Amino acid sequence: MSMHDDCDKVLLLQAEFDGELDAAQSIALTRHRESCACCRDAWRRLQETRQALREQGSYHKASSALTRRLNQALAERDRFEGPGAGRSPWQVLAGWWRPAMGFAGGAAAAAIALLLLFRPLPATDIADLVVASHLRSLQPGHLLDVASNDQHNVKPWFDGKVDFAPPVKNLADQGFPLVGGRLDYLSDRNVAALVYRSGAHLINVLIWPAPTPQAEPPRQLERGGFNILRWQEGGMAIWVVSDLNAAELQKFVTIWRSHD
Amino acid sequence: MRIWGQPVPLHRGTCHQRGGTVNDEAGAARFRAEVLVHLDAAANLARWLLRNPAEAEDVVQDAVLRAFSYYQSFRGVNARAWLLQIVRNAAYAAMNRTQGIYMVELQEDMANSDGDGRGITLVDPSGDPESLLMQQEARRQIDGLLEALPVELRECIVLRELEELSYRDIAEITAVPVGTVMSRLWRARRLLSEAARAKEAAR
Repeated sequence: MSMHDDCDKVLLLQAEFDGELDAAQSIALTRHRESCACCRDAWRRLQETRQALREQGSYHKASSALTRRLNQALAERDRFEGPGAGRSPWQVLAGWWRPAMGFAGGAAAAAIALLLLFRPLPATDIADLVVASHLRSLQPGHLLDVASNDQHNVKPWFDGKVDFAPPVKNLADQGFPLVGGRLDYLSDRNVAALVYRSGAHLINVLIWPAPTPQAEPPRQLERGGFNILRWQEGGMAIWVVSDLNAAELQKFVTIWRSHD
Repeated sequence: MRIWGQPVPLHRGTCHQRGGTVNDEAGAARFRAEVLVHLDAAANLARWLLRNPAEAEDVVQDAVLRAFSYYQSFRGVNARAWLLQIVRNAAYAAMNRTQGIYMVELQEDMANSDGDGRGITLVDPSGDPESLLMQQEARRQIDGLLEALPVELRECIVLRELEELSYRDIAEITAVPVGTVMSRLWRARRLLSEAARAKEAAR
């Protein structure tokens, strides 16, 4: 008899072997097993296979390097200062050399090199999220939840939608009319988005409570062709993103900050 | 942000929503205690699915970080099964991405299966050399048989025999009904048993 000549109870037998049967089923099956040569043989095989796998087969634990990298990435995430969550652990890992490359030789190494080339790029830090929000806002119907050039309409609209009071300013007189506002969602929290126009360009101003109380001067970034300026003031973290050129955007921020 | 294109199907447990999020330190600590403790299981599954240490390590790393991002929406009770589900999805995605490359690699692996540098074998240095050699040989054989199984059988048997998961958990992780898990397990075990006996007979 071999495991080929399966008795019709064989899956039940296996379930018993794996401890999946209740007591009544289990008793009934044990009785059957005593009288069925096929099942006795199958049971022995199940035991042999289990023993071989558990005692002789490899159990591949996580390498200490991987454990360390992950712990570091998570610790980094804890410290993060963005809206709600934080700088992506992917970013932390992005620069890391993969020690695994060391023991993969020849064709394997080449294959892995190719793999790494085609890996999606880490793209979850705040600047990327801000740009993603900007791009989303340019999709039809996504720009505004409240369309108004009057800050006295826009500001109260945020009441009850976000747990903070975003500063809303209309800069129409300075060439940057307020278009409206919307609620956005960035890295695990609601943020207030104000939309301004400059000629044919749109400017998104994303606001959320700053993680740290101190003010921070504007800093400039560039992501995928979009200019970003970020700073902290009045307990708020403020990120401005636009396809406007850097000088114009700088001007907008200067005016926005000096305006009451 | 989606690394593997599709969102992970999360466990639909009956557990209450966890208070807070992973955004606070308590959340990260909870993630460590509840999910990260299963890192070895994640590494083992990825390694058995991909059969390549470097690739497996990448997959586990991405899967764990991904699990961290999704942690606050995790409502299940079985964090290990949940993590393994994410790892499995990631591993399959990686396999799909690299199918062409992977074939070559496997053939090479087969060609020098005598002296491959696969893994690090932890052995008792005090053991006598002969039994040590036999142990290594046995391990090599079992590993080889397991690696040769079709992936859908391999994952079932690894989850059952090495991770000791229940049929229900395996069904959830591999996204098939429990009945399928049972028949796959049976086929895997039969193939392993027959292959082992055939090898013995050939000696």
